Amino acid sequence: MQTTSDEVLISRIAGGDRLAMQVLYARHHVRVYRFVLRLVRNEATAEDLISEVFLDVWRQAGKFEGRSAASTWMLSIARFKALSVLRRRPEEELDEERAEQIEDHADDPEATLAKKEKGSVLRKCLAGLSADHREIIDLVYYHEKSVEEVAEIVGIPEATVKTRMFYARKKLSELLKEQGIDRGWP
Amino acid sequence: MNAKQEAPEREEIEALLPWHAAGTLSRRDAQRVEDALARDPELARRYALVREELGETIHLNETLGAPSARALENLFAKIDAEPERRPAPSLNLGSRIGAFLTSLSPRTLAWSATAAALAIVLQAGFLADIMLKETKTTGYETASAPSTDPGVGAFTLIRFAPQATSDDINKFLEANKLSIAAGPMAGGLYKVRVAVTGIPKGELANVVKKLQQDKVVGFIAAAE
Repeated sequence: MQTTSDEVLISRIAGGDRLAMQVLYARHHVRVYRFVLRLVRNEATAEDLISEVFLDVWRQAGKFEGRSAASTWMLSIARFKALSVLRRRPEEELDEERAEQIEDHADDPEATLAKKEKGSVLRKCLAGLSADHREIIDLVYYHEKSVEEVAEIVGIPEATVKTRMFYARKKLSELLKEQGIDRGWP
Repeated sequence: MNAKQEAPEREEIEALLPWHAAGTLSRRDAQRVEDALARDPELARRYALVREELGETIHLNETLGAPSARALENLFAKIDAEPERRPAPSLNLGSRIGAFLTSLSPRTLAWSATAAALAIVLQAGFLADIMLKETKTTGYETASAPSTDPGVGAFTLIRFAPQATSDDINKFLEANKLSIAAGPMAGGLYKVRVAVTGIPKGELANVVKKLQQDKVVGFIAAAE
């Protein structure tokens, strides 16, 4: 079965087609929500933000030229909105949130390992990364964005995308080591 | 090649491992990574770490849940509050004609349809007359020499898939040695020449069947 492409839906949205808007929303809202939620770490804020993101899609559909995938375009809008919210949040709040993500483990790393599976420790460490590192890891692994697409969404050169991904993974290894898991890399 | 010479290339390949695991590399880069993984056990070990990260990142994101219906309600409340939008000029001709016809009353529509049908019959008669006259005056033509006349050859009617880019269409035409003879016509159809000389119906049907498999093609039919 052939489904209507995102580009066709957006051209219909540009013409004021509400049904096309519903289809596009149904297709992408969960991923956009998760991307935003991982950045702002607040479900109510993330929900408000996705309404804002899709409202921008409604308003700007006529300007979408289809040079990049629709999902890349929407994630760029989502990122901009999320960063605007984060900028308004006090820095101390962010630091506390980050600390909460990784500091509730047991003092003894061996005991931690005994209680938890490696996978859950890894997920905890992924959640404990900085916003920049979480973002790039999610875009590459979960949102399946290429180097070029990540560069477009984040607004950095392609070489920086690769370097940032490397440092995000390096930081992840360090967090894992603190939790008693030595991956032998880097 | 010593280890020092190998280092920059390994670093470059290693930087690509996350995208290789996610399947978002170009075919060429993916092949480079595959080759390097096959000959470098340490790189392969690191790739296993990347795959582990990939799996857990997906797991983590999938446990984040989904927004409530409130988000959709909010969105449409905001859309409703937006000023009414005029149809975009990018709407295709078919949509515009459709919108125009919808705006007509049934009586007007019936009269218009009758007038249009009459015009088509008159035009068909006129064209048939011209064709008959032309047939009578056609001279000798060799069977071996392909004609450059745009009306000669075997044709199909094709509507390209909406997601097909002009690049996809060009590649499709080149790969199958096709050329566009006319179009776009109503409904976004193109008359496409599949052979420079006429071919038997059965053979044309086979060509249509083959071309139909291509994802660039949305609709195809043999043209008379």
